[in-house]
Amino acid sequence: GHSSIGLYAAMALRGYFPVEELMTFDAAHSRLQGHPDMTRLPGLDMSTGSLGMGISAGMGMALGARLTGRDSRAYVMLGDGECQEGEVWEAAMAAARYGLDNLIAIIDHNKLQQYGWSGDGPDGRTPPQMPGELVAKWTAFRWRVLEVDGHDMTDILRVLAEAARGDGRPVAVIAHTVKGKGVSYMEGRYFWHTRAIKPEEFAIAMADLGEPLLAGEGARP
Amino acid sequence: MTLTMGRPMREIFGETVAELADDDPRIVMLDGDVGSSTRADIFEKAHPDRYLQMGIAEQNMMGVAAGLATMGLIPFISTFVSFAVVRPLDQIRVLIAQTGLNVKITPGYAGLFTGQTGMSHIIVDDMSIMRAMPGMVTVSPADDVEARQVLRWAAAYQGPCYVRLVRDATARIFGEDYRFEFGKAVTVREGRDVTLFSTGTQLPRVVEAADLLATDGIDAHVVHVPTIKPLDVAAIVSAAVRTGRVITVEEHSVIGGLGGAVAETLAEHHPTVVDRIGFQDIYPESGPNDALLEIYGLSAPRVADQVRRILGRA
Repeated sequence: GHSSIGLYAAMALRGYFPVEELMTFDAAHSRLQGHPDMTRLPGLDMSTGSLGMGISAGMGMALGARLTGRDSRAYVMLGDGECQEGEVWEAAMAAARYGLDNLIAIIDHNKLQQYGWSGDGPDGRTPPQMPGELVAKWTAFRWRVLEVDGHDMTDILRVLAEAARGDGRPVAVIAHTVKGKGVSYMEGRYFWHTRAIKPEEFAIAMADLGEPLLAGEGARP
Repeated sequence: MTLTMGRPMREIFGETVAELADDDPRIVMLDGDVGSSTRADIFEKAHPDRYLQMGIAEQNMMGVAAGLATMGLIPFISTFVSFAVVRPLDQIRVLIAQTGLNVKITPGYAGLFTGQTGMSHIIVDDMSIMRAMPGMVTVSPADDVEARQVLRWAAAYQGPCYVRLVRDATARIFGEDYRFEFGKAVTVREGRDVTLFSTGTQLPRVVEAADLLATDGIDAHVVHVPTIKPLDVAAIVSAAVRTGRVITVEEHSVIGGLGGAVAETLAEHHPTVVDRIGFQDIYPESGPNDALLEIYGLSAPRVADQVRRILGRA
């Protein structure tokens, strides 16, 4: 979905296309569309964007691997807000039925969605789920549930290795994250889901992240 | 022309896809818990390892089909037309039509014959919806002979397709020597006074109506349009040129389906007066098949009545 920009960066560094092409992101005629389009960009296994659909496609890939005798796994990234889609739970039901332990869903649990319900949480909104709700639900759907600090790469590698050791159940990795992690004015603020960054805000963000500014970056337009 | 009854299309569905799977290990059947109705159970008996029960969860079923297609498999979908088209419409759009993945959407229970299930199970606008979707082709076979051939075509066709099948036995119009050609209309009866375009299992009733009209001196030209998209523009224009008067007859809404497609085509290429027989922007009730055909004006005598009235010959 919208995390395509991260996916494209990883693909470019892996050699799927030149790193310079990243600068065409969101431009007209770009292969790097706002949501990934497998008909434009080779190397994408699936087009996504409409929430709740990725896990079904991933289930099809995991089931297809089994039917065709391939030893491969399907990884699906979901948002915690996305888990409000009914299709997610249709897939959760069916994948457990088929015992697809080569299907691994990673849920980005940052406790925020685009707008959410009003309430007494940060900025007057409430999280997409109650504390513990995701673990309870995926467990109830007969998935193996693992939890991880989604900002700790060592912990992520540990949990992915653990997830790959199949026990006959599909795996839900609940990745606890903070939206806007590391950027002082973004952390935990729901409205950064949709807000575009200004040049001076970019400079602050890069400073917060300890990253150098390149020539011309962060200047007032 | 006296027509004999064909076999129920749903049996043809289960049998034909099972036969195709005998020769092609890539073919799998995804069932939305209606295999005993759509006769996907015939496939299950023949190929239990490739029959994939998806439960009552059609949105996920379409997504799984897309995922399977990325692995080189050829999924056929077993459910009812209503649950194959509108319930998982966004999944079809995003994961199947936009990707061009090789999924065969082949539901049964098109039109009025839904086994007295009720309004929720009768869908009047499936062709309108699927025809409008970029990247999707739509085929509506007329009888059991054609249905078998369309399913064989679908397995060989590279890309997504929508094939609408009918639950019950209907009259057989084609001989065993008939050959379905994707994208081609078929002249079933030659006439000079008016062209009757039809599609799906309404066709045999239109042919019978043409016989009734002949006794009144109306010489109807009958053209079957099994492929609703891509449309056989040349054949439609040529029939309109030949008779100068066009009526479409379909067991479907007159908005956007065959009637809509023919009217759009002729407006663009050969302006002709087009009347459209079918559901007039309503939700039909369910009931016994023959009663429904009478109520909605789709039995052969009722079609003939409407044609006479349209032509001012009543």
